Amino acid sequence: MAGIRLAVPSPVHQGEIIEIKALIQHAMESGFRRGARGEVIERNILTRFECDLNGTLIFAADLHPGVAANPLITFHLKAMEPGTLTFTWTDQNGEIWQDSAALEIT
Amino acid sequence: MTAKPILTRRRLLELGAGTVFITASPIKSYAAQSDLDQARHTLFGERPIQDGRVTLKLPPIAENGHSVPLSVDIDSPMTETDYVKRVAILSPRNPLSLIAQYHFTPQSGSAYAAGRIRLAGTQTLEAIAEMSDGTLWSGRMETVVTLAACVVL
Repeated sequence: MAGIRLAVPSPVHQGEIIEIKALIQHAMESGFRRGARGEVIERNILTRFECDLNGTLIFAADLHPGVAANPLITFHLKAMEPGTLTFTWTDQNGEIWQDSAALEIT
Repeated sequence: MTAKPILTRRRLLELGAGTVFITASPIKSYAAQSDLDQARHTLFGERPIQDGRVTLKLPPIAENGHSVPLSVDIDSPMTETDYVKRVAILSPRNPLSLIAQYHFTPQSGSAYAAGRIRLAGTQTLEAIAEMSDGTLWSGRMETVVTLAACVVL
């Protein structure tokens, strides 16, 4: 599981506000659906998304069953310093998926 | 003595009654305005909420409730002293009122977030933002959902 796709513009100008997109493959099973035999399909969702730049948190999201499958999160960042952007997703059982991208500043 | 048939009239009636029971006791699949009020209270307490500064964008008509694009933009200078801390997206009709919560920092540059959400029917969504000075601001947007999530298996 967990195909991650990131879109980080690079290189960017210093002080520029850039748009970052992060997508992860996940069913985000809400726990409100029923299977073919009427049994409740158990909830299985990602609960937290975090984006760090050089270890400092810059954006986070709390996800709930109301978030669609394969959550795509778009947010902004003011590019002040170059470094590594780390993207972390945590599911309800504490399992973690991580990916990173370089942020270059001209 | 004759062999007992597998499917007797009595057995059939029992099966029927069972099916009725299963259908009549679904897990709660709709919320009401009161659930939204409660979620709002859990998140922000009794603090006053002002209208404005929050722009919530959704398509006016969403054909598929399983995935509806949403964006929220909050008017803020986003400096170290004056920025948006978080914004909560609340629904009056989904099984769970709180859909998502986005947390910002001064490094965000602008308080903007977008994602895709599930909607269990036509409704007016509410976004409530908390600023660094503790004030709360809200914005609303109505969207018509033709195919609702949760209802379709």
